[in-house]
Amino acid sequence: MTSSLFFNVTTAAYFAAMVVFIFYLTSKSIQVGFVATLISWGGFAANTLAIGLRWREAYAMGYQQAPLSNLYESVVFFAWSILLIYLLFDLKYKYRAIGAFVVPFAFGGMIWAQRSLDSTIAPLVPALQSNWLTYHVITCFIGYAAFAVACGVSIMYLIKVGKEEAASGNPVGGILGMFPSVKVLDDLNYKAIMVGFPMLTLGIITGAAWANYAWGTYWSWDPKETWSLIVWFIYAAFLHARFTRGWVGRRAAWLSIFGFAATIFCYLGVNLVLSGLHSYGGGG
Amino acid sequence: METTNVQPSPSPVQGNFVDRLWDFFCSLKLAIITLILLAATSIIGTVIEQGMTPEELAEKSGWNLNTLQFLDQSINAFDMYHSWWFLSLMGLFAVNLICCSIKRFPFVWKTVREPRLVADDGFFRTLSNVEEVVVAKGTLDEVRTKVTAFLGGKFASASVTEQDGKIYFYAEKGAWSRFGVYVTHASILIIFGGAAIGNVWGYKGFVNIVEGSSVDQIMVRGRQEPLPLGFAVRCDDFQVSFYEGSQRPKLFSSDLVVLENGSEVLKKTIVVNDPLTYRGITFYQSSYGPADDATFRFRIRERATGQTIELTAREGEHVSLPGGYSFAVTNSTESYDKFGPAVQMHVNTPDGQHGNPFIVLQNYPEFDAQRGGEQVFSLVGMDQRFYTGLQVAKDPGVWVVWLGCFLMVLGSCGAFFLSHRRLWVTIQPLNKGVGVKLGGSAHRNQPAFALYFDTLRTELNAALADK
Ligand code: HEM
Repeated sequence: MTSSLFFNVTTAAYFAAMVVFIFYLTSKSIQVGFVATLISWGGFAANTLAIGLRWREAYAMGYQQAPLSNLYESVVFFAWSILLIYLLFDLKYKYRAIGAFVVPFAFGGMIWAQRSLDSTIAPLVPALQSNWLTYHVITCFIGYAAFAVACGVSIMYLIKVGKEEAASGNPVGGILGMFPSVKVLDDLNYKAIMVGFPMLTLGIITGAAWANYAWGTYWSWDPKETWSLIVWFIYAAFLHARFTRGWVGRRAAWLSIFGFAATIFCYLGVNLVLSGLHSYGGGG
Repeated sequence: METTNVQPSPSPVQGNFVDRLWDFFCSLKLAIITLILLAATSIIGTVIEQGMTPEELAEKSGWNLNTLQFLDQSINAFDMYHSWWFLSLMGLFAVNLICCSIKRFPFVWKTVREPRLVADDGFFRTLSNVEEVVVAKGTLDEVRTKVTAFLGGKFASASVTEQDGKIYFYAEKGAWSRFGVYVTHASILIIFGGAAIGNVWGYKGFVNIVEGSSVDQIMVRGRQEPLPLGFAVRCDDFQVSFYEGSQRPKLFSSDLVVLENGSEVLKKTIVVNDPLTYRGITFYQSSYGPADDATFRFRIRERATGQTIELTAREGEHVSLPGGYSFAVTNSTESYDKFGPAVQMHVNTPDGQHGNPFIVLQNYPEFDAQRGGEQVFSLVGMDQRFYTGLQVAKDPGVWVVWLGCFLMVLGSCGAFFLSHRRLWVTIQPLNKGVGVKLGGSAHRNQPAFALYFDTLRTELNAALADK
């Protein structure tokens, strides 16, 4: 039993969950929604197992490192984090339709990782051999994942809001009828960002702590650090605009989507487009 | 948002200039604009590589040199995070934060320290969570006992005010969570303070120490003169190891010794993520390199006679062999593919002809026999003195920064996940019995509080119905 087998299972399960979620929206059958959620749990379990096995495989090769050491591993961990946050939200709020807009992010990550990224287990260079790396990556990715959920919910909001306004108070039918109401979507957007923002804060702090141990500077304005700060500024602006200036609804949804785009740039764009100290990406 | 007096009323627009300035610095619009400006302008420095010159970047990227030079001169784009305008933006941000906190803090303080103890009908109308009950039987005193027990048991013990024949209860939970936002905001200023301390009283530098030697001064960034440390640091040994069968370094380490007036006071082997700190100055493993030419020890067997000799050669040096031959090492590596340490060398024939280069592997002493040359070379050892490259940092502000980070996490948890919940109960004698009114509010996460309030009112009804 190898990790790569279970990564395949994960990708297949996320794909199936995505399809069944969409079928759920059109069929409006509660059972179908339940099955989609069940498949998501299955995929999450396979994802967890695969990461665990990969960890063991690295140890077996003599590398004492968590499976968070290169771009491939970080992308599959990102997919795992998205499912984690999504499933927690599902447990707490039970709005099935959201799966159709969040699971695709995880599927997209998995398929990209498996088709185009180098999956060999490579040992860590000295600068990355630190527990801080593990804390840093975990907190950042939980934050990113919460922003992904917020973005998915915001997309739903923008799709639905026009129709709901046109219906002037009457419930919207059709597929949109399966969406939570726009008020709920707006609230979930805020709730997800409320999870993501403190996590990103912790991620930046652990990153700074690590840089301080490795290089003696907690902040050096390298592109990765700077972009994480940019993302942090955007979500701080989101929270303040919402909380004190009443930026809710459409504007909040757009800001959330914009914030997630910046998050993805921080995660991938910096490595693929800009260069920096960080050794993810670029084959790192 | 709730409607209590946390939000100060807007000042009239026609105030004098100072008032208007004050309002400007207090405003949240400014905060949002500054946040967005900081985010947007920060991008510049991630696109233009900081610390380069316009010429270097133009060469590397193919961008227009004139444009880059213009950006360098006009907005200091190659060191933008230390430019006057970026620091001013940060300063504006800090001033905004301070003013805003000063303006709002008294209201929060008042809400927490002088809560409204007496809830009259008018106040109940402002609350979104309210419940009215008429208790048919029982005296005012009985109801009072029940309400006191109820609040104390289910929520928090109440303060009681008697006024005009009515009894007012007030109970609260998590009042201090109102300060979470202030802690978060203060933490940002503390981090700024820590960074400033580091900039003024700290420095960043580097030093190279050759194995076996010591240094007592370092080079500091932004300064011409070396800076004396006040003590000496010696490097006894530097080591680099590689992952088996690859060029990937696994570990760099330096054995450092701190010397005060010539005597050893501290010894530590440092690796990349584990520096040495002495008297507030920290030495980080950062780079390494050869201090001088390597020397190589060979055992050489003459194929014809089977005689062996041992010889030592420096890199690039021609060493004579019996019979008029000579050899020289031209290159070496600690790890040649999967085969470990190796040298590249060649042999010159007695008539001075340059032979073809070949590889000798330390871990495979008989490997060179396959070459079929007159001599069989085995590499016995390589001696290379290295220097270890250390980053040196002194940052007395770093603890202030960590304190700020800690407070930020603490404050955010308070701000996001806790809320100040308040309950008011008023009881009064009515014609048919005792009237009981329950009202509540939370300063955030109202939906959750509404659910909580629902259970509470059911329980209150049950408690009042109890004999
Ligand atoms: C990046 C910097 C900042 C961070 C991380 C930050 C953080 C926060 C957080 C976490 C909250 C609670 C928001 C919520 O509950 O949704 C908050 C609220 C608030 N912030 Fe900031 N803040 C920042 C900058 C500023 C600035 C510059 C101002 C200047 C005026 C400001 C003024 C406020 C105010 C007035 C509130 C609402 C307080 C209340 O009544 O609860 N913030 N901030």
